[in-house]
Amino acid sequence: MAEDNNNEIESLDPRISRASLTGGNHNDVDGLIHFQTFEVFHQSKRGTHHKHVGIVHAPNPDMALLYAKEQYARREKTANIWVAPSSSISSTEYEDDDIFSTTPEKLYRNPASYKVMDRIQAWKEREKKSTDET
Amino acid sequence: MDSIAALKELLYKIADDQLIIGHRNSEWTGLGPILEEDIAFSSMAQDKLGQSEHIYNLLNQLGEADADTVAFTRNAPQFHCSQLAELPIGGYDFSLIRHFLFDFAEYLRFEALKTSAYQPLAQVAKKFFGEIKYHTMHANTWVHQLGKGNEESNSKMQESLNYAWNYALGMFEPGPAEDVLIKENIFIGEKALQDQWLAVITPLLENSELTIPAKADWAPIYGGRTGTHTEYLQPLLSEMTEVYTIDPSADW
Repeated sequence: MAEDNNNEIESLDPRISRASLTGGNHNDVDGLIHFQTFEVFHQSKRGTHHKHVGIVHAPNPDMALLYAKEQYARREKTANIWVAPSSSISSTEYEDDDIFSTTPEKLYRNPASYKVMDRIQAWKEREKKSTDET
Repeated sequence: MDSIAALKELLYKIADDQLIIGHRNSEWTGLGPILEEDIAFSSMAQDKLGQSEHIYNLLNQLGEADADTVAFTRNAPQFHCSQLAELPIGGYDFSLIRHFLFDFAEYLRFEALKTSAYQPLAQVAKKFFGEIKYHTMHANTWVHQLGKGNEESNSKMQESLNYAWNYALGMFEPGPAEDVLIKENIFIGEKALQDQWLAVITPLLENSELTIPAKADWAPIYGGRTGTHTEYLQPLLSEMTEVYTIDPSADW
């Protein structure tokens, strides 16, 4: 299994892979040295969002679900769990993170700046009136 | 035998099975094949200990000693666990096969107990049903995975199944008062449970390309329910009760 090649870290954990460590066999799934990883998404209540909570190693989705339940739902209130192969996740590059720094002077992009409450109120009153009349 | 004595006998065998298989399975902690499986298997072992404590508490309400005393001060001949539960963990193939055979029996036992006329037991059965259901999912997923894996994994699982089979049939050793439990609607009885169990596990094993031993070779290993145990139980008890023996008031 783990060969002694100059203390390099071997892992399939994408977080470690992203650390761009040189050498090692981070992605040697075919060599059956490691299982692949699955990203785990946890939903605490029906109707709410699934939130990413971490990963599990597993040979297939069925077993990933088994492990996700024990690793991430053992102590939390849980309604549902998703797993997806880590390899199916695409991501932006950190070196391109400047794409997220947009200029702030665009109030029209902020829904809070729309003055709609008066129109909603008026619509509600119209609705109420029409149901009262029927 | 009156119905209270029959009920106690039922509760002792359920709780002792859970305590002993829970302790056995906890022996894998730190040694599991991968971290995730280690955590899952250890967590299920803890579930079993928790379930046994609840059943011992029911016995306590019926006049038996408290849970710790009952769990930690008896010797092997006073235990009612099936011999299947006490066998050493062996390889992971055997531990998984035992997990599969035992947990499907427990699942069906608790399914039946959910409607027991003895209300406190029915409540406990409902409370633990989700845990036990997960245990069967875990067991079946693994058995399926390895049964259909490759030639080596299939033959290891098949050998373990052959070895475990007559011990597993021993889980359904009839109690001294099956008729009382059935008549009072406390429990459906071991015979009915075994029939249900066979009906559930047969297609699952077939689907995993594993074969139940031929019926002519079935020879249930009874005795566990009445205190006849393998040589493996007493060493387990000695280890399990080590701390309690040194200091019965130890708290952890």
